[in-house]
Amino acid sequence: MTKDVAVIGVGQSSFVRGYEGSIRELAFEAFREAMQDAGITQKNVDASVFCSAPEYDKQRSPAGVLAEYLGLIPQPTLYIETLCSSSSTGVKIAYSMIKSGLHDVVVVLGFQKMSEITSAESQERMGRGADIQWESPFGTMMPAYYAMYAQSYMANNGLTYDDLTAVRVKAATYGVINEKAVYRKGVKPQDFDPKNPEAKLAQLVALPLRVGDCCANADGSSCVILASAEKAKALCKKPVWILGVGAASESVNMAARPDCSKGLSVAYRAAEQAYKMAGVGPKDIDVAEVHDCFTIAEIMAYEGLGFAKPGEGKELIRARETYKEGRIPVNLDGGLLSKGHPIGATGGSQIRTIVLQLRGEAGQMQLKDPEIGLVHNIGGVGLYGNITIFGR
Amino acid sequence: MGFEKFGRKSFTSVTKTAKFVDILATGKIDGTACKKCGTKFFPPRADCSVCFSKDMDWFDMPQNGKLETFTTSYYAPTGFEQDTPYTMGVVNFGNGLKLFARLAKTVKTEDVKVGMDVGVRSMKYDDGQVSFEIVKI
Repeated sequence: MTKDVAVIGVGQSSFVRGYEGSIRELAFEAFREAMQDAGITQKNVDASVFCSAPEYDKQRSPAGVLAEYLGLIPQPTLYIETLCSSSSTGVKIAYSMIKSGLHDVVVVLGFQKMSEITSAESQERMGRGADIQWESPFGTMMPAYYAMYAQSYMANNGLTYDDLTAVRVKAATYGVINEKAVYRKGVKPQDFDPKNPEAKLAQLVALPLRVGDCCANADGSSCVILASAEKAKALCKKPVWILGVGAASESVNMAARPDCSKGLSVAYRAAEQAYKMAGVGPKDIDVAEVHDCFTIAEIMAYEGLGFAKPGEGKELIRARETYKEGRIPVNLDGGLLSKGHPIGATGGSQIRTIVLQLRGEAGQMQLKDPEIGLVHNIGGVGLYGNITIFGR
Repeated sequence: MGFEKFGRKSFTSVTKTAKFVDILATGKIDGTACKKCGTKFFPPRADCSVCFSKDMDWFDMPQNGKLETFTTSYYAPTGFEQDTPYTMGVVNFGNGLKLFARLAKTVKTEDVKVGMDVGVRSMKYDDGQVSFEIVKI
């Protein structure tokens, strides 16, 4: 385990529906908070990395425009995208930039303004994050892909509707206390009662996933500032170190993938790399953020990360082991399900949550003295996967 | 050109595998097989990722397999709204070959089960688009 690169500042805008401002103004919200958190000025920063999923706004090549608005020119800047995992990929790139010795302090800014287009248009764009030649012509969309995983889990691994509901109820428990979450209402199992016509969360989107199984689109930004060991020690009282990084990719087409009942291969592969690099295992993780874009995704994440054996992820939520009081607390900020999922900002937001936990600054969500935290951020339907492990 | 005829709505028109659509119009669902190393691909590819050859042959996909998973979609992306609800799934033919497609409209959602025996066949939409679909056998 080496301590070469640290997080010295984190920030996040509120995640909202219909942000009243432009993408540069949205980006500035997270940037301001992270810079004030780090207690530095633009003079301390020697490069920036901007991350989002393209086509949700009109700006092409956003890095230059945003770097200017943030006061980060003439330092070098670039744009990174791996769909929903863009900003954790950005953090991996910035980690490499610092570890190589080329840069000392790098700002990673994730942003997404999704509300400029309708939900159907958004689904069409997200669907085109799948195979546009061979699958999109059938009318695919993200919920349908994850629904095929859920269906397979129900048929092969004993997953039930109640398990999926339980994941959403947990997410909402913490969404209620996260001031930056887009969905701050509590959720009860009765809200999923299919016999109740008033139960909006129970309406089917893509069998077996219901409205309440799907995360909410949102506008938002996140900012993570990384520094070399030398700069971190000079600039920061509570550096949080990056102990391990792992990343993987998988076939875009369902026809070339392993059976859906085995979950997402990228999580297994990226986790193996990150654990090895950090010199830790699943049992050492005190707190985790996982990519719960859909309830089924959280169950699969438990298995991919080794918190549960393959096919047994459901047992963790049944035993409430991933609640704050449990063996391995997961998504204490409400997760993508309640906090919201502004695609390019999500990875950075997850990292922020873990950094605050490790510093003891997570407020009502704070665990008692966690030492090692993990972030699981997935792009597309397991097309990309990043696992990042943090320690004090 | 030619690939714009594929599926309910195609997003691309130019590909070296566009002949797939002509073959589909004759009722056959074909993958590509590398003439050099024999690796079989579905969906079809113009280039072999194993031996780098660009010398490919067409081969007929198996017709019967098992439904590995499925979903019925009640919402649709832009351009597909008029079709809802529709069911999509993955067929596993064994030997490493799988296929993703919609299930035929004639198959009722309540009759669809993971692991059931299914077949695949070519089909044509009223607007002239050609596709393939999964049927119960």
